[in-house]
This record gives sequence, structure tokens and C-alpha cells, in this order.
Amino acid sequence: MAIVPNPHGTTGLLGWIDDRFPLTKIWRDHVSEYYAPKNFNFWYFFGSLAMLVLVNQLVTGIFLTMHYKPSALEAFGSVEYIMRDVPWGWLIRYMHSTGASAFFVVVYLHMFRGLLYGSYRKPRELVWIFGMMIFLALMAEAFMGYVLPWGNMSYWGAQVIISLFGAIPGIGPDLVQWIRGDYLISDATLNRFFALHVIAVPLVLVGLVVAHLMALHEVGSNNPDGVEIKKNKDENGIPKDGIPFHPYYTVKDIMGVVGFAMIFCAVLFFAPEMGGYFLEKPNFTPANPLVTPPHIAPVWYFTPFYSILRAITYPLFGIDAKFWGVIGMGASVVIIAFLPWLDRSPVKSIRYKGPIYKIALAVFVVAFVILGIMGFKEANATNTLIAQVCSVIYFGFFLLMPWYSKLDKTKPVPERVTMDH
Amino acid sequence: MKKLLITATSALLLSLSAMGPAIAAGGGNIKLDKADIDPNNKNSLQRGARLYVNYCLGCHGLKFQRYNRMADDLGMDDALVAENLMFTTNKVAETMDIAMPEREAQKWFGQTPPDLSLIAREKGIDYIYSYLTTFYVDESKETGVNNRVFPNASMPWVMWKLEGWKKPVYKEVEDHGETVTKLVGYEQLTEGELSPEEFKSAMLDLTNFLHYVGEPIKQTRIAIGLKVLAYLLLLFILSIFLKREFWKDVH
Repeated sequence: MAIVPNPHGTTGLLGWIDDRFPLTKIWRDHVSEYYAPKNFNFWYFFGSLAMLVLVNQLVTGIFLTMHYKPSALEAFGSVEYIMRDVPWGWLIRYMHSTGASAFFVVVYLHMFRGLLYGSYRKPRELVWIFGMMIFLALMAEAFMGYVLPWGNMSYWGAQVIISLFGAIPGIGPDLVQWIRGDYLISDATLNRFFALHVIAVPLVLVGLVVAHLMALHEVGSNNPDGVEIKKNKDENGIPKDGIPFHPYYTVKDIMGVVGFAMIFCAVLFFAPEMGGYFLEKPNFTPANPLVTPPHIAPVWYFTPFYSILRAITYPLFGIDAKFWGVIGMGASVVIIAFLPWLDRSPVKSIRYKGPIYKIALAVFVVAFVILGIMGFKEANATNTLIAQVCSVIYFGFFLLMPWYSKLDKTKPVPERVTMDH
Repeated sequence: MKKLLITATSALLLSLSAMGPAIAAGGGNIKLDKADIDPNNKNSLQRGARLYVNYCLGCHGLKFQRYNRMADDLGMDDALVAENLMFTTNKVAETMDIAMPEREAQKWFGQTPPDLSLIAREKGIDYIYSYLTTFYVDESKETGVNNRVFPNASMPWVMWKLEGWKKPVYKEVEDHGETVTKLVGYEQLTEGELSPEEFKSAMLDLTNFLHYVGEPIKQTRIAIGLKVLAYLLLLFILSIFLKREFWKDVH
């Protein structure tokens, strides 16, 4: 019985597969004949690096779960077992812990690229929304992962963050008990965080990454000039400023991967603790419900948002300031998703925007970094004031954008992309 | 009933956690002496191991450190370790646990002396060295001693034979317009088996050993790291050339 031959004309084993599964089609549509703008610069490495780090976390995570024991009694000891008795266990553990911080470095830089070049603008709003969902899932994943070693900071960090949900009026206390699985943070909490961290959230993350890339490929990539390359096609229908992803960006990304690997391995082999910022010192002692660490601070990648949480100190409408802090912290993450509709500039890229946007972005970055630093410090009167000012700047960048992006004096955008930037 | 249970547990935890900061050791502002250890000096590590096993292991376990791993890393024979450094077991693959039962330890000392496998990673070598060299006579304490970096420590001074006894010397100093009593040094009351310099050197060895126990693979990981980075540098240069070759076609 003859079957319909595949449209690519492939033969042999590949032909057999192509007759039954769109393998060559996927290869062509997404790699060898996916035309990306030829003017990608340094900021365009971080998407592929994020995928690399995701694979790193998944693979090292699998090997860790072969030896880790998710019970309150055994967890801490099992991590030390991995560090000392499992051959190369120390390397797998450090790859995973360094990878967690590397993930956020890469993702923050990846998101910043979006702010620079208007990658979130129409028709790429959905790419941006999927990206924000990935960011939220990533934060949940990192938070739960940090609890698993069951060190003292694991325990008390979990205690602080989970208790935030208790501030929600009405359902708060019951919600917290439901999350914990117990009346207090305990073995029940640890075990369910293990299940969520190892299976549930990674599945969601991988699914979202696939959706993120599919949404991107549907409309094509943006570029540092914000020029839509599909507007200028040659006689074959190929964008004049486009180059096939393979081999050009595969070979360029190899360069990016090796450069990243140098920095990653330098940290991994010479400073995996990063002075107590990647592996916090109180976590080298087991969880103790009776002894708080001298100073409870979240891991570095959460400190900006933690700052915003602590900055809100006034009760409103008869509800605790703690609740409004939680709302503020949530809003500070969610508001980023609205950028496609907040940015009313006629141009996409910062290269053709005026001084207002450049200043606004610079001030935003400074405020974000200061919020990050404040998140480590104790919440005394001066620090709280600084955090409050920076929180206003942070929200101002987004909420005032519909006005200042319209007011800004823009430069004419070229028809074709520019190179050598 | 459930609400009562929740309220009672929360109240208990809240009151206990209020004590927490008091129990938590170490302050942020205590000046620490620098511990100038050499992690590659195997002789120092061996001396430190001997000191630990003879003076510390009775109360403070090293439950994540195996005897044979220590033998290997410190350049000692398994037999040598079994003969001289093992008192609670005869299996060289066992971990360095203490013999003291935990419940008894609670009764005798108020709390179980903490396991010290990871103390170097938690508190740092400067803290450990400063702790070991600043025990002084204090009649007001049950143990007869106090400590500069961990005030009111419940540990008795086990090294009295080596160091002898010393007492603190205070001085009135001006500090921001106020007169405060400051600890400026120590005065040796009785001689120990070691001179003060020899004792400090011994404590440095002990600190060096605890630093090793905190992360036995540390020196190996640094050595591997140098090779990895050299390889990656070469690979990076090659990848740049490869990229440029392909991109010659792009204008």
C-alpha cells in the first residue's frame, strides 16, 4: 500500500520518519530556515543561555534526586552525603546551586534586553506574557528548591515567606495551613516542596518555554533597531535582513555558551558560596525552629521584591500593612507583564527613543539595584525610607510610561537594520 | 479544638522564637583575629586532627567526616589512623561520631555540644581561631571561664593543660565621649605545656583541620578549576575564530 510521500523528498531512515512525523519540517521551520535578523548583539545571547541553564538544572537535579532524601530528619545529612561520599557529588551539587543563581542573572539580563529594544511590542505581546509566566514559575521553583537542604535559612526563609500568605484577610490562616500541610513548617512542608520542585514546576516551566519559543517563531524575532525584517523580503520570500538561525546563530551561540561557561566555572570551582550570597552561611547548620539566624534575608535574586514588600508600612482600609506589602510585592512582578500596553512610543528600540526614556530606564535600573541592596539590610527607619523612594521610582517607571513614552522626542527609524553595534 | 491547637502551638512557638535571637550565637560587631591557615600543609592538618581527636571529639562530633577519608586526604595510613586517632570504633570507614549519648549531653551541659563538621563554613576560620584563643578565667561562671567572641559559652576550657590559665586585662578608654571598659589583652596566670606562641600555632592547626573537615574536596576542586578554565579559554578563542569564519558570508 503506497503512502503519501513527505513534501521534503527525504529518503532512507529520515524519509521513513518524515513520512510519519514532521521532523524535517520542524528542523527547517525553527532552525535551518528560521530567518533571524542579522544584527543581533551581546544582549541576544541570554535567551539561549537561559535554555542552557534550564537544561543544567534539570540534569544536575535528576542526579541529585538519586541521592537526596526529602525528609526533615535526613535531608541535611543527605546533602552532605552528596558532597562527600557520592563520587563527583560535590560537582553536581555546586553545578545546581551555581546554576540557580546563574539562571536569575541570565533571565534578568534577558528581560532587560526586552526593555532596551521593545521586544514586548506588538505582535510579540504573547511572547512577553509567556516570559512573565516563566519568571513567576522560576521564582516559585527557586524558593522551593532553597528549602530542600533543610538548613536553618531554608527553614526560616520558608517561615517568613509562607507566613506572608497569612496576611490575606479571611482566608489567610487556613491558606497558610494548606500550603504547609501542617500547623507549622515541618516534614510535611518539606516533602510537598520536594514534589513540586522536582516534578510539577519543572513540567510547567518546560511547557512554558516551548510556548514562549513557538509564540516567538510565529511572528519572528525583534532586533536592536526595532525594524521589522519581514517588511523587506527578496524574490524568494526571504527577509533581506534575515539570516538562517543555523548555522549563523548556532555557531555564534557556541561562542556565547563557552564565554558563559568560563564565568560559570570560575564561580563553581573557585567561589561556589560567593561570600555567602549563593550558599548562605546559616544554611550550613540544620533547620532549628528554636533558633533564628542572626539575620534573615532572602537569596540575592529576591531581594529587590522583598524590599518593596517591606517598604509598605501603612495599614489601609482597616487591613494590616503586611497584606499591602504582599500586594505591592505581587504587583511589582505582575506590572512588568503590562509593558506591551504601557509603552506608547511610536518606536520600539531605545536607539531611536529620546532622552526621557533613556533617563527613565537608567533611573529604573539604579532604583532596582538599590532595592536589591536594601533587601539584605535590616529594616530601620533610614533603610525603609530609601526602599520607599526606590519603590515609587520602580512603579513610576511603568505607571507613567503611557505619558512619557508619548512625550519623548523620537528619531526616524531606518528601513533596514544597521550593523556593527 | 483545632483552633485551640493552632493557637496554642503558635503561642508556644512565638514565645520560644523570642528566645531565639538570644540563643543564636555570635554578634555582628565582635572583632576577629585573622586565621592565617595553609590548607595545603598536611603536617599542620595532621597535628590539627590529633588535637581534635584528643581534646574535642569527646563532646563534639564530626558526623559527616569518615576516618579513612581523613587518612587519605591528610596523607596518613589507614593503620596509623586506626591505631592513634580512633577511640570509639575500629572500622576505619566509619564516621567520626561521639560516644556521648545525646540525652545525657543535654542533661550535663544544658544543650548537646554541636557537631562541628560544618562550623568552618557556617562561622568562618577567623571566628574559630579567635574563639579558641580567647578563653579566659571568669569566677562568676559555672565552668569558671568565659569567651571573648562567644560570651557566656557553656563550654569548659578543655585546653587548659596546653595553654594554662589566663585572665582578662581591662582598660578604661574614651569612646565617643564616654568612658568604657575595654578588654585590651590577657595576663597568663599559670603556665601550660605550650608557650603562648606555640599554643596559638596549635590552635591554627586545629582551625586548619576544621576548615578541611568543612569541605574535604576544596583543594581538589580549586586544582580542577584551574585546568577547566585553561581549557575553556582555549575553546573560547577557537569558537571566536569559528564564528568569524562563518560570518564572513554575512554583510
